[in-house]
Amino acid sequence: MIAGFQFLGERVLQSLTRLGRGHLFLLQILAAIPAVLLRPRLIVAQIFSVGVLSLIIIIVSGTFVGMVLGLQGYYTLVQFGATESLGVLVALSLLRELGPVVTALLFAGRAGSALTAEIGLMKSTEQLSSMEMMAVDPIRRVIGPRFLASFFALPLLAMIFSFLGVMGGYVIGVNMLGIDDGAFWSQTQAAVSFYDDVLNGLIKAIVFGFVAAWIAVFEGYDATPTSEGISRATTRTVVNTSLAVLGLDFILTALMFG
Amino acid sequence: MVEIRGLHFTRGQRKIFDGVDIDIRRGEVTAIMGPSGTGKTTLLRLIGGQLRPDAGTIKVDGIDVHRLRRKELYQLRRRMGMLFQSGALFTDLNVFENVAFPLREHTDLPESLIRHLVLMKLEAVGLRGARELAPTELSGGMARRVALARAIALDPSMIMYDEPFTGQDPISMGVLVKLIRLLNDALGLTSILVSHDVQESAEIADRIYVLSGGQVIESGTPEELWQSDSPWVQQFLQGEADGPVPFHFPGGSYRDDLLTGKQRGGRR
Repeated sequence: MIAGFQFLGERVLQSLTRLGRGHLFLLQILAAIPAVLLRPRLIVAQIFSVGVLSLIIIIVSGTFVGMVLGLQGYYTLVQFGATESLGVLVALSLLRELGPVVTALLFAGRAGSALTAEIGLMKSTEQLSSMEMMAVDPIRRVIGPRFLASFFALPLLAMIFSFLGVMGGYVIGVNMLGIDDGAFWSQTQAAVSFYDDVLNGLIKAIVFGFVAAWIAVFEGYDATPTSEGISRATTRTVVNTSLAVLGLDFILTALMFG
Repeated sequence: MVEIRGLHFTRGQRKIFDGVDIDIRRGEVTAIMGPSGTGKTTLLRLIGGQLRPDAGTIKVDGIDVHRLRRKELYQLRRRMGMLFQSGALFTDLNVFENVAFPLREHTDLPESLIRHLVLMKLEAVGLRGARELAPTELSGGMARRVALARAIALDPSMIMYDEPFTGQDPISMGVLVKLIRLLNDALGLTSILVSHDVQESAEIADRIYVLSGGQVIESGTPEELWQSDSPWVQQFLQGEADGPVPFHFPGGSYRDDLLTGKQRGGRR
């Protein structure tokens, strides 16, 4: 009984200290950002590895999610004779929800876990320590560029995802199921508002980008420098990012569209 | 060059240093020896300012390392080179770029000058021909030599070696022994060498400190050390399995452990 409470208390304390470390670490990163911005080449190199190399999975998933939405939406809408609204359905679901959320989840799995593992391994092989001893701050040289790159890349990927999703829905709806081309686009154009839908979706993606970047670099930097520790850290990156993204999505949706 | 006074350091429950005084003289190779787990690496990290002592001072060139602000500490570190046990080369950069790294980070030298400097440092460790290789293509001994070239890239006045001989074949070992002494004398460095390899350290060190149980138990030139009448030092130098340093890790009574059949002291 007592042992159970002790165990619980220990766990809660551990989580709270981790949370505290995470926030302090974030402050360190934010303080280093001006210095990081002075070296855009480092950021660009990281945008290539977290952004460009994630493109394939984003392109494929975006297209297929849009195509599935087109099919499923059509079967429902056809019962009400409202198949011309398919474009609205596909575009709004993607821009408001699926684009940012699914991109963030895929990003956590593709790029976030890789970042965590990379930083964790740099820590365990003393690369970060040796950088410190060479009077180079690893937060500026290693963490900062990776954080910023993820932060920039995720919104861009989310936009690509949404765009390709709409195109996927269009191909299914218009080319395969025979919805009128003009009706598809004019309804979509009339229903989608730039501020309410496109911009809010983008804000979501920016928030998710921030959180995904933060969790990935923190888990790597905080990893226990053993193979087991790094494997746990990568798992935590994916799990925590996913949970954070879904939770934040609910809050943001309630604030934006409530 | 380095002056350590009354150093105390605890990690968790374990006292690593319990009042250590060490003087490292300019221009000499000083070896810090002791069995694994006596905190030799920790000592280097304390000198480099990566860890903070619980009590006591460490002065490098008369400057108290742990009183410095972050920026000043980074200034000081430019004058220190450190060779990690693993070499700690950056795996995403090739040999040339690894050595060029501190130059690129800290100076605005033109590319042609960086090239010259890097080639000079690589030549000094005998690996100029390996400059295009990736760190994963190097043997352990070569990786350490590249790391050594990187550590001297900014021409430090002091260099710290963390277990440079561990896990090396006899030839690599010979090369490293020769290099450490050679670089120390040719570049006018001060070298601190942390090691438990008795023969090699005695061969190149001007002065040796032996650490155990958080304290310096013997110090002096290698000759003086061999003459030491401390049974502990003799056990260490001769490499005997049992003696003042017990073979067994401290624990409860063996008999009790077997008879009670319960896991004691283990976590959860």
